[in-house]
Amino acid sequence: MIQIKELGFTYGETGGLGSISLSKEKKHMLPAEKYVLRNITMDLEEGRIYGLLGENGVGKTTMLTLLCGLKKPQLGSINIDGHDPYKREPSFLSDQYYLSDEVAPMNMKAIDYARNYGKFWERFDIEKFTEIMQVLETDPEQKMTKMSFGQLKKTYISFALACSTKYLFMDEPTNGLDIPSKAQFRKAVTKYTREDSVILISTHQVRDLENIIDPIIILDRQDILLNATVEEIAEKLYFDYSNEKADDALYSEMIPGGSIKVCLNQSGEESKVNLEALFNTVHQNKELIKGIFNK
Amino acid sequence: MEFNSNKSIYLQICDAICEQILSGDLTPDARIPSVREYGSEIGVNPNTVMRSYEKLTNDGIIYNRRGIGYFISADAREIVLKEQRMEFIENELPQIIKRMKLLGLDPKEHFV
Repeated sequence: MIQIKELGFTYGETGGLGSISLSKEKKHMLPAEKYVLRNITMDLEEGRIYGLLGENGVGKTTMLTLLCGLKKPQLGSINIDGHDPYKREPSFLSDQYYLSDEVAPMNMKAIDYARNYGKFWERFDIEKFTEIMQVLETDPEQKMTKMSFGQLKKTYISFALACSTKYLFMDEPTNGLDIPSKAQFRKAVTKYTREDSVILISTHQVRDLENIIDPIIILDRQDILLNATVEEIAEKLYFDYSNEKADDALYSEMIPGGSIKVCLNQSGEESKVNLEALFNTVHQNKELIKGIFNK
Repeated sequence: MEFNSNKSIYLQICDAICEQILSGDLTPDARIPSVREYGSEIGVNPNTVMRSYEKLTNDGIIYNRRGIGYFISADAREIVLKEQRMEFIENELPQIIKRMKLLGLDPKEHFV
């Protein structure tokens, strides 16, 4: 389990690397609005595939890099099964993987990269790697420097899944993937991950990951607007795709063939949760949504 | 699987399995895929599939043999038929009649 408590992080006055040299006291003196993340408290449980949504610049990537120990929390703490990720203990590192949005082309064949670097992860399985590469239609014998961005991304996705880690953090994994690979990615995420794993995927491409991510976390500047399972969302909000009028809609949008409206769920009937509409609903009704879901 | 209707995904998965029971593709004591297998086949979160299986189990349509898997119940077909007939009469038929009225069609002429 991941326990995040009153987490805060700032890139400092300048917003750049200068923050690293700031002393602890100085950071406390920084005004609240200089923080990207502030007062973030939540638990992430085993056996779940969390979707981390949020507008540009709200700190999704910052959050992922804090969780995998690449950055040090300036306020609050992160506790992953008793480990502080920033201590970067090898036993902990070999059970987690962070797939960054931007991936590096190494000057070697994909298969050689996997053989060499897979050693750092205890459960890395080279056969699983080649199997996923095949599913994603990428040639493991190809040199990574000769690959397109999409092929490179697929190589790293295959590598990430083949590591079979308990903790898997992925930043915009479907960026750059072609249409068939997006479907394959959805299938692979359930097929090749462990049942007890905690997976956190940040994305803007909600359609790529619809039906896969659950619970949904919506991050806002210095705030969590929503952290709920799809079941809880469907209990509390009703997504109406009919052409009938609804005056009490929290959000409505025209779509081909009608409209989609989001209202409070009065009848108890569960509808299909549309993530885009959910995101917009939450953004237009921040306080109301927080009130409903925090009950 | 294509998810189109406005029903929640877990109910659509139930419908798909019930459909296969009615068509005869799934017969009593046939094993259905595990939650994870099925989830990865259709690209859906395993927890969602779990909810579908729980509902089908509660309805008596499938049963769980611990450690082995989920199987179709002996009287699954009867249960599904009963449920879906009721659903048809209560929800689908009124919709059809409403639509026929709107189009000025006389049910007597079209239902033999």
